[in-house]
Amino acid sequence: MSDPRELYQQVIIEHNKKPRNFGDLEPCTHQAHGLNPLCGDDIVLKLVVEDGLVKDIRFQGHGCAISKASSSLMTVNVKGRTQAEAEVLVEQFRAMIRGTLDVEHQAHDLGRLTLFSGVKDLPSRVKCAVLPWATLHSALHGEDTTSTE
Amino acid sequence: MTTAVLPLDVPGIRRDFPALTTPFHGKPLIYLDSAVSSLTPLPVVERMSRYQSFEHTNVHRGVSTLSQEATDRFEEAREKVRAFINAPSVKQIVWTRGTTESINLVAQTFGRRNVHAGDEILLSAMEHHADIVPWQLLAEERGATLRVIPMNDDGELILDGLDDLINERTRLVGVTHVSNVLGTINPVKEIIARAHAKGVPVLVDGAQAVPHLHVDVVDLDADFYVFSGHKLSGPTGIGVLYGKRELLEAMPPWHGGGSMILSVTWEKTTYAPVPARFEAGTPPIAQAIGLGAAIDYVTALGLDRIAAHEHALLAYATERLQAIPGLRIIGTAREKASVISFVLDGIHPHDIGSILDHEGVVVRAGHHCAQPVMTRFQIPATTRASFAYFNTREDVDALVSGILKVQEIFQ
Repeated sequence: MSDPRELYQQVIIEHNKKPRNFGDLEPCTHQAHGLNPLCGDDIVLKLVVEDGLVKDIRFQGHGCAISKASSSLMTVNVKGRTQAEAEVLVEQFRAMIRGTLDVEHQAHDLGRLTLFSGVKDLPSRVKCAVLPWATLHSALHGEDTTSTE
Repeated sequence: MTTAVLPLDVPGIRRDFPALTTPFHGKPLIYLDSAVSSLTPLPVVERMSRYQSFEHTNVHRGVSTLSQEATDRFEEAREKVRAFINAPSVKQIVWTRGTTESINLVAQTFGRRNVHAGDEILLSAMEHHADIVPWQLLAEERGATLRVIPMNDDGELILDGLDDLINERTRLVGVTHVSNVLGTINPVKEIIARAHAKGVPVLVDGAQAVPHLHVDVVDLDADFYVFSGHKLSGPTGIGVLYGKRELLEAMPPWHGGGSMILSVTWEKTTYAPVPARFEAGTPPIAQAIGLGAAIDYVTALGLDRIAAHEHALLAYATERLQAIPGLRIIGTAREKASVISFVLDGIHPHDIGSILDHEGVVVRAGHHCAQPVMTRFQIPATTRASFAYFNTREDVDALVSGILKVQEIFQ
């Protein structure tokens, strides 16, 4: 990444300032608590999944712009999808951040989430971007908590 | 009357740190993270290299000349530590892997012997995790309780109620000499005196103090004083536990193995006197010698001159940072070492740290292994700049420029 502006694009800054689907969700069918013990980023994710469809999803907590924007854009992209499709997004997002999915040359469903592809060049920030996705994975698998460690 | 202190030859000093003249992200490296780990000057690196290349063998074993000389170098380093903190005897200097291990050693030996159900351990509100978790582990095991000396919004300990907090159940007081987050220099001499008035020993965490202050364990009357090599221009993997002799001698062994014994039979082991009793196995020899060289290095520079230089940098940095709109300094104690933590309105420290890193400015961003301090100030994290003797006003200017760029990106 030659310039931090490549990562901190306007969309990420904007989602950090005004995160979508931010707040509590009760009642819910799935929830998980995600924690990055190294830096203290903390997210509580709640979902309503009916008939295999993510009907609603919201998150609360605190973290950096990368983790907050990642959470916000995740909720936008997951809402209305099937649970199976959400799982595919989790895997593709993780692969993009790990650098094993080349979003420019390989097929994927990530859409605007490719905004985060620059994170792979910032190893210290990978966990920030991945935390909400790891939390989503835990929530969908009935695990109460997840940690990036 | 104050004595004038000659300024440091900072350009000359900087030549001892190759990292400072090697491009970092294509820019000069501005290292403002000495509180996490100080850079190591060439004389220290070269001293360790000489030992590894020409003098290496194990210590306290064998009759070879090489072994004897390695032992001499290793024990000379212990003497350097003794002199550096004015300990009465080298027998009171125990090598450990670092501050954290030193505290764990005390918790697991002194603590397990002296702390029982219903007892209390009193810690300051600004301790980092290394001086909290070992005591929590002990307290859980023994059925004891941790109590906390509170602090005010400036990051100063509130000592008004200290005499009530220390009671007949208190078995130990643990306090950091200098806060790694707030920079606060705590009045440890006063705290120790007040604890001793109630017959309670005090452990002082000096990890952040020894690089900046003259430490005299006799003058302080500290019962235990602990620090790490790598924050004192030395290597990682080496630390020090100083203890009062009667306390150390009453403590049972912790780790068992070679070097900590007098004799071993299948029926019984008798233990070596201190400090060997607490130094099982082959010690970090190159690291101990390296720490000795680091003490030589900072002593030659002069701690008074280091303190004066860093104090001036702290004042300059404080003034410049305070002038940035939306920036709030966390930790505004009257007595501070060269550490500044701050938060920026609406911008998380991790983002600040990443962007500053790209500008070549290395700072720490996070909870600094002191989450209770973050909770006290109701913030998740801070950005922390910490200064050493090789830093300059230009480094502070680079920090300020970087912060302005962060704000520009987040506008």
